[in-house]
Amino acid sequence: MMLSGHDLTIGYSDRVVGSHLDLSLKTGEVLALLGPNGGGKTTLLKTLLGLLPPKDGEVRLDDRPLAIYTARERARRIAYVPQSHAATFAFTVETVVLMGRTAHGSLFSRPSAADRAVSARMLERFGIAHLTDRPYTMISGGERQLTLLARALAQEPQFVVLDEPTASLDFGNQGRVMREIRALGASGHGVLFTTHDPNHAMRAADRAFLLRQGMCLADGAVHTVLSRAQLEALYGANLTLIEDRDSGKSAFLPE
Amino acid sequence: MARPSAPGFLVSFLVLAAGLLLAFTVGRYPVGITDLFAVITAQLTGHAPNVPAAVENVILHVRGPRVIAAGLVGAALAVAGTAFQGLFRNPLVSPDILGASAGAALGAVLGIFLSLGVFAIQALAFVGGLLAVASVYAVGLAVRARDPVLVLVLAGVVIGALFGAGVGLIKYLADPYNQLPAMTFWLLGSLASIGPSDLIPLFGPIALGTLVLFALRWRMNVMSLPDEEARALGVPTGGLRIAIIAAATLVTSASVATAGVVGWVGLVVPHIARTLVGPDFGRLIPAAALIGGGFLLLIDTLARTAAPVEIPLGILTAFVGTPFFIWLLASVSKTWTAP
Repeated sequence: MMLSGHDLTIGYSDRVVGSHLDLSLKTGEVLALLGPNGGGKTTLLKTLLGLLPPKDGEVRLDDRPLAIYTARERARRIAYVPQSHAATFAFTVETVVLMGRTAHGSLFSRPSAADRAVSARMLERFGIAHLTDRPYTMISGGERQLTLLARALAQEPQFVVLDEPTASLDFGNQGRVMREIRALGASGHGVLFTTHDPNHAMRAADRAFLLRQGMCLADGAVHTVLSRAQLEALYGANLTLIEDRDSGKSAFLPE
Repeated sequence: MARPSAPGFLVSFLVLAAGLLLAFTVGRYPVGITDLFAVITAQLTGHAPNVPAAVENVILHVRGPRVIAAGLVGAALAVAGTAFQGLFRNPLVSPDILGASAGAALGAVLGIFLSLGVFAIQALAFVGGLLAVASVYAVGLAVRARDPVLVLVLAGVVIGALFGAGVGLIKYLADPYNQLPAMTFWLLGSLASIGPSDLIPLFGPIALGTLVLFALRWRMNVMSLPDEEARALGVPTGGLRIAIIAAATLVTSASVATAGVVGWVGLVVPHIARTLVGPDFGRLIPAAALIGGGFLLLIDTLARTAAPVEIPLGILTAFVGTPFFIWLLASVSKTWTAP
């Protein structure tokens, strides 16, 4: 399956944020979306999710225009993991994950025993089964991010789209979430995530898409696209490349 | 740990039971609890009760309709408030928001001014409520903004003020001897003139609106998330928002048409219910209905008995509601997240 945008012009009613954007994502592939603040990452994400209509061009899912899918059909194929936030209501972690099953029920239905089994499995998968009955408002930021991941997988989607999944997480939890993103790709999901940290893209993604001022700067395999010159052009800042002699892994540091 | 909901529901039932008992027994003509149960059992079994005819008359014909009306109006306002607070993700929202109450008030006052019959006044109140909400919604659609919920709330305040000015104009033009006292008393909220014939037009819309809201209870959980998240979870939020607002407005208008403007119930009761049974609408809506009914029964009993003349309901609920609102403002984040 394939989720793709063709010659997209993206933006809101009163302004254009980006134009001439072509992007595609296959199942089993992990794509990182990188770029400076205000470059249009979130707008592009929302357009690909079908939450924001493109001003021009077309988003296609499986060779059909995304616009002709109903909200329910869409939610069974593409899941969205928003930036973890403090919720307004103190729903239990289980209820939050069960909300991922909504698109599998009808208008008046409530989660069934089968839905509960799916959400229990997802809680197990992310190692947060012990939080089942805790209020979502009373758990840590890392646990919230894992809960939202569990909710996304409870939708049983082919594609998972994450908005800054590592923002506001501590170091340990950042690594944890990166490993989960890798695992999602390995289990056959198409994954798209935005990040501020090129190191996260190198760690978790197969491909990187660089977005600057609404224009595509580069799109390709991580190891070719994420070069020092390319990233310096993207962020308009000087970078240092550090390499670990033992593992051979490298990382960028801003000057 | 999640709180088991059984104790919360027990408290809710006790509030309603206490409201019912007090409303039937306390008053200018006190009724004993044994007499009350004798009359109720007699009604259920079809035998003649072993109590004086006057007692039976007070229970069945004097207080009966008023008790049922108070319970229904309280439940309706609490359910509408629960729906609005969830939909707008805001603890400070109540049925008065979106101008539902103000619109219904204008309709009813117009009916009194034109010396129309009871049913026409009820119908006008309902039309006024829906008209106000429709205008608010039109403003919300016309003003395209990042935060549509905030625009709706602000539009509700503005349209409410406009309809309030309309009420003021009609009062100014009204006959100061025949019409003005009726309008004023009705606007402040009262169940004093309730008769059995008022119960059907009250019960019908409330039952219908509450049923719709209860049927949508799981979708309402999802709708209390940010709009984009709810849509990404497969919920068509635009259409559902209209359905929920229409159902909650129907319920509000019916109670305003019957009992006048009784504020604060829709603000206070959802909070109490949420602390008792948690935020899941499947439990929240029934709990709010029980507590709202019991709460207004207690308030109405107080209105009948606290002074030699009837005290308007809206004044009593304001005495309870204002301190509660200030306390809520002061501790909003804490209350809001408490299970």
